[in-house]
Amino acid sequence: MPSRMPANGALVRCVPHSAAACSNTAGSWRAILGLMLGLFCLAGGGIWPTATSLAQEAGGSGATGSPVAAAAAKAEARIITIVMARELRDRLPPLSLLDQPPKDDGVAGARLAIEDNNTTGKFLNQEFKLDVVEDADPAALVAAVVAKVDSGSAFVVADVGAATLLKLADALATKPALIFNAGAPDEGLREADCRANVKHTAPSRTMLTDALAQYMAVKRWRNWLLVVGTQPEDKLYADAVRRSAKRFGHRIVEEREFKYVVGSRRADGGYEQIQQQIPSFLQNAPEHDVLVVADEGELFGDYFPYRTWDARPVIGTSGLYATSWHPAVELWGGTQFQNRFKRLANRNMRALDYNVWMAVRSVGEAATRRRSGEPKDLIAYMASPEFELAAFKGRKLTYRDWNGQLRQPILVTTDKLHVTVSPQNEFLHQFTELDTLGIDRPESACKAFKK
Amino acid sequence: MNFRHTFVASVLLAALATLAPRSAAAYTVFVSNEKENTVSVIDSEKLAVLHTIKTGARPRGVILSRDAKWLLVCASDDNRVEVYDAKTYALVKYLPSGPDPELFAFHPSGNPLYIANEDDNLVTVVDINTDKIVSEIPVGVEPEGMGMSPDGKVLVNTSETTNMAHFIDTTTHKIFDNVLVDTRPRVAEYTNDGAQIWVSSEIGGSVTVIDAATRKSVAKIKFEIQGITPDSIQPVGVRLTKDRKWAFVALGPANRVAIVNAQTFEVVKYVLVGQRVWQLALTPDDAKLFTTNGTSNDVTVIDVARQRAVKSIAVGRYPWGVVVAPF
Repeated sequence: MPSRMPANGALVRCVPHSAAACSNTAGSWRAILGLMLGLFCLAGGGIWPTATSLAQEAGGSGATGSPVAAAAAKAEARIITIVMARELRDRLPPLSLLDQPPKDDGVAGARLAIEDNNTTGKFLNQEFKLDVVEDADPAALVAAVVAKVDSGSAFVVADVGAATLLKLADALATKPALIFNAGAPDEGLREADCRANVKHTAPSRTMLTDALAQYMAVKRWRNWLLVVGTQPEDKLYADAVRRSAKRFGHRIVEEREFKYVVGSRRADGGYEQIQQQIPSFLQNAPEHDVLVVADEGELFGDYFPYRTWDARPVIGTSGLYATSWHPAVELWGGTQFQNRFKRLANRNMRALDYNVWMAVRSVGEAATRRRSGEPKDLIAYMASPEFELAAFKGRKLTYRDWNGQLRQPILVTTDKLHVTVSPQNEFLHQFTELDTLGIDRPESACKAFKK
Repeated sequence: MNFRHTFVASVLLAALATLAPRSAAAYTVFVSNEKENTVSVIDSEKLAVLHTIKTGARPRGVILSRDAKWLLVCASDDNRVEVYDAKTYALVKYLPSGPDPELFAFHPSGNPLYIANEDDNLVTVVDINTDKIVSEIPVGVEPEGMGMSPDGKVLVNTSETTNMAHFIDTTTHKIFDNVLVDTRPRVAEYTNDGAQIWVSSEIGGSVTVIDAATRKSVAKIKFEIQGITPDSIQPVGVRLTKDRKWAFVALGPANRVAIVNAQTFEVVKYVLVGQRVWQLALTPDDAKLFTTNGTSNDVTVIDVARQRAVKSIAVGRYPWGVVVAPF
């Protein structure tokens, strides 16, 4: 059934998924989600994001009357400053030397995006600048950012903890500013504690665990043994794992807490000890297909692969894990992107760098499309259905209009190479398959975006 | 040594094969295999691979010199353009290209060559006789598509992350206009009469048709295929017949080539081809279209008059670029 967009640029509705495809899904996947989506799909919804009208697009070049000259006068360039706020936090050293976070983690991603924005900006007389603010004290950090916003910077990219992010959002609530959360995966920031002036380029924990759970469903590795660490974020990750398991029809056969207590014979270092401790900890577990590790603190998870009692793969925060970015990705033009980053930072791109890059590029993209540096204009554009971001994920990325979360495919990967990319083809959705990852609109507890 | 003998023998055999009489309308099709560092040589009538040329690292764009004596290959990871004899397949020379050359276009006079340097935000201009870089033109982020106006006055370059078609004056080497298009523009193709430029946007999922004189968008073509998610419709390659009757658009992971009425901009048919179809090339008589199918490692041949796929030919790993010689 070929169809087309008429030359006059009128909006086009897409054809909903065929009923056959939907019932297939419901048949093969007994997951509640599959059924729900199947029903939605049969009901026949599905709207293509609004296409930019042709008139507007033509305005891109011609309607301004004069062609944009490459050598436009620098003096008139509109300067758009992006503030990067970093909360310096104490962290125990990671288990592997390879995981030592670089000092410019995230900042290098911002620098690359500023460069990318400026290459485009030179054709439009726009100039982007980066202003990094960092502090270990949340109050001082918030005060410093507020001062920057008061002096005219409207865009803040935050690599801060959840509590600090809320303080920052509330401090800027009445100001013409927008915060991008690039670091915190906390569900609460997108749900009950959501704020209308915050967008999230970092995927939420449920997006990450749903990405894994979908692939486990495809593999039919249904029975999970869950090991949870003692840190608060480990428990939050475990919450997300439990939710994903239920959503995609998996079973958690047993949960065990992995504690670090001196003298417990579990905190001892050295591979000789570890290869004794891990199997004994996992002994006598019910039959399971995979071991799920919840160790966001990176204190013990990497001790599990190849040391389990039963010969089972490890997934979760170690082994096979879900992430927004991986330095080996060559898919979708990623090679050039990775190369640009490596030339700039002399190291591999990490997930935080990528999340920050997407935030800074969102501002750049809005400035290009609106041909403006006016914060209100750009913030409104980023909140509109026209906004879309190309970010080397093979499809356009958009912000969820109910909580400001950036929709994105999630890589399911080992340390060396991606294994798959979720959403998996088997999971359909009435609007976008990307919304099969994470908490969806009908379930969302976020009220701040309701008009 | 053994290998060498076999190699020489196969070259000789291939040379004989090419010298052997072929039917009148047979053309030679060259396909670069990005992850195999080879170019597959296909006979357009036999629809079979005649020969495989070993190239430098990561061959992508392929083009023929105006006199069709040379086959030029962008060896992206070796940062050079490699020149091969289009009939004997012998290596002639290397041309400097600037870093990471991806696609290129010739001035209609046959010289110079304009190369998009994807990794360096440049278009490099190279004199193919003196082997010297004549000029470097700064453009947007990740330059890719290269469209040359038939009169040679204007070069259109697209930049994937800047989302613009840059209009470059080939005498001054200066950008004189930029047209914003949908996200991740890949290919810019002039119509044979020079009146329009067709620009594909991979992530935007559209083709923008730009009037060459006013540089205003005259149409935006969108694609819709039942059972295929809009996100996987990713236009890349664009080719038009010389009479500007038909346009062909490769739709990437939608695994289809759209056939568009180039006068009304209506999509009339979607032809199922191999997986992740990217680049396209028409035979000089506009009778056949060859498509590179990246992830199924083959090339699909479409009969233009019948608007249907007639054969898929296995080539190397990740076929990327394709060009057809007039012999």
